[in-house]
Amino acid sequence: MSLNIAVCIKPVPDPDYYDKITIHPVKKTITREGIPTIINPVDKNALEAALQVKEQFGGKVSVITMAPPNAEENLREMLAMGADEAYLLTDRAFAGADTLATSYTLAQGLKKAGPFDLIFTGTESADGATSQVPAQLAEWLDVTHLWNVQEFMVEDRALKAKMGMENGYINYFLQMPALLAVKRSINKPRYTSVMGVMKAKKKPLTLFTAADLELNPELLGLQGSPTKAGAVFTPSMARKGQELTGETEEIVEQLIQVLRGAGLNLETLNVNEAGRE
Amino acid sequence: MTAKTAGGIWVVAEQVAGRINTVSYELLSKACALKKQLKSPEPVVAVVLGKAVEEIEQLGRFGAEEIITVFAPALEIYQNDTYALVLQDLITARDPSLVLMGATAIGQDLAPVLGARLKTGVAAHCVDVRINEDNYLVAVVPAFGGKVLGDILCPNTRPQMATLKPGVLGKPTTVSEPSFIITNYDPSCSLQKDQGRIKALEVVRQEQTGMPLEEAEVIVIGGWGIGSQENWTLLEELASLLGGAVGCTRPVVDEQWVKSEQQMIGTSGKSVRPKVYLGFALSGATHHVCGMKDSGLVISVNKDAAAPIFAVSDLRIVGDAKTFLTALIKRIKGK
Ligand SMILES: Cc1cc2nc3c(=O)[nH]c(=O)nc-3n(C[C@H](O)[C@H](O)[C@H](O)COP(=O)(O)OP(=O)(O)OC[C@H]3O[C@@H](n4cnc5c(N)ncnc54)[C@H](O)[C@@H]3O)c2cc1C
Ligand SMILES: Nc1ncnc2c1ncn2[C@@H]1O[C@H](COP(=O)(O)O)[C@@H](O)[C@H]1O
Repeated sequence: MSLNIAVCIKPVPDPDYYDKITIHPVKKTITREGIPTIINPVDKNALEAALQVKEQFGGKVSVITMAPPNAEENLREMLAMGADEAYLLTDRAFAGADTLATSYTLAQGLKKAGPFDLIFTGTESADGATSQVPAQLAEWLDVTHLWNVQEFMVEDRALKAKMGMENGYINYFLQMPALLAVKRSINKPRYTSVMGVMKAKKKPLTLFTAADLELNPELLGLQGSPTKAGAVFTPSMARKGQELTGETEEIVEQLIQVLRGAGLNLETLNVNEAGRE
Repeated sequence: MTAKTAGGIWVVAEQVAGRINTVSYELLSKACALKKQLKSPEPVVAVVLGKAVEEIEQLGRFGAEEIITVFAPALEIYQNDTYALVLQDLITARDPSLVLMGATAIGQDLAPVLGARLKTGVAAHCVDVRINEDNYLVAVVPAFGGKVLGDILCPNTRPQMATLKPGVLGKPTTVSEPSFIITNYDPSCSLQKDQGRIKALEVVRQEQTGMPLEEAEVIVIGGWGIGSQENWTLLEELASLLGGAVGCTRPVVDEQWVKSEQQMIGTSGKSVRPKVYLGFALSGATHHVCGMKDSGLVISVNKDAAAPIFAVSDLRIVGDAKTFLTALIKRIKGK
């Protein structure tokens, strides 16, 4: 069984810098200057899952993204990690897309590059983090899907997989073609070797613009997005902190008083009054 | 679907193993608040899919005026395709203007499927929703780990959908005089369309150890700076002395100092609001703060005086976490 596998990856601003994100006081736009763009972290787990399936069953792994032109760099990184080929969907017409329009465009790209037996995505992107693209992509492609996958096994034209839930999981059986949105905990993405980087330079990377795909313009970008963005703001979470100072024991004493003050019934917990043993 | 609807504020109540998830009650409380904000009030409706579900009436106590039960053996365990077939038909038939779901694993999967089938917008894991002066739903959605909040509207298609994170709305309240009807809906027509491409085999519940974060008045939280499994036991000891729960940041889950990722607080974890938050050796990354900012009293211990967590704390203690944990435990034990 040789499998044609796709992995959807998204370039995102590096989450380690989200503290630095601000909103322009006049223009009310999000300022993310100076923040490097990286591959959405969990999408590397998606690629790792795909590579493991290929190693077991044979086949080909393609990575795909809908992103601005400079995402080519991110795709090369995925090729270096082990993907066989890459597709970049890029066009001004795709801009301003919500999850429905994004997944529509991705679906049309995957149809052109495919067909695929298996598609992997991450559970969520670090920036928008809607976690809605995977399910909607599966809908446009009319394939089965599972979100929040913590474990899976490929069987003959079918899968067994576990969807993680609060306090447990559900076991499923799915027919292929299928899309799996994998959790971070599912595997540990491999490191990229120097060899990999060398090889990546020669691997095929195809660019698709709107003209290359079969598209209904009404379903694209801003126009194809049923949700509209309104005001953006930064929540004020700041508290006027007070520092507790002194020797450790003095600070602990202050803490005990504070906890009492906050209404904790420390007596029932056998906490003695200060100074009394 | 187009914009004119018969109305109704719907809550898709989630059940697992026949028991209704508490986020359903939180959503109903919110639905009642939205009803008051609408230009002309619409009924609050709860929909439950399952095989047999306990305590249906409870949904009425939290504000549902109509409870639509959709019971069939095929609906016992959540299957995205099957559930979506039924809900799509039900929504198309009854035409609600708003549909709210919990941003649980099931809700976060099912809502976008419905959005795609109904070609309408879904605002993902919102922290709040309200009705604006134009009578539209405004969903407040976090981005960049919660550093930014944005309003999302869905002006042209119906229903307007949103998923809300469990815990963000606070404790739900029961209505003073519940009055509700129960409607049984027969899903067999929808179920006939099921191609059986996906089959749920079994639900496996993992028993929780210790007090759940949602119920605790005090939460003792540790971050990566706790340093080892051995030090982590100090945190658990303090929590149990205070009658509270233990929470953590993501690196702690990665290090496996905790048994379950259900203890993680933040954007991809839980949203909590304890009376007292006691944080040790965590930096206060946006992703974490997003899940704890509504806590009562926030006390933080960090060896770095410039740690971001101090900017969102009421009381700051600059120092070594282990030293304070040990001293506090000793003091509480009275030794
Ligand atoms: C998409 C995405 C989602 C995420 N979701 C979440 C989430 O839901 N929840 C979450 O928590 N994180 C989440 N994260 C991770 C988050 O961005 C941070 O990496 C994480 O919260 C940092 O955890 P920490 O504060 O424990 O560790 P660090 O940032 O490493 O901080 C450790 C802190 O401990 C202090 N310290 C070290 N030693 C000591 C000592 N001996 N005594 C006192 N202080 C000490 C240090 O000064 C430092 O401030 C997410 C990340 C991404 C990309
Ligand atoms: N523009 C995109 N291009 C390719 N894949 C995407 C894109 N947006 C989202 N995805 C995939 O969908 C997953 C969930 O993203 P989201 O729904 O944005 O939270 C990501 O982990 C990616 O695998």
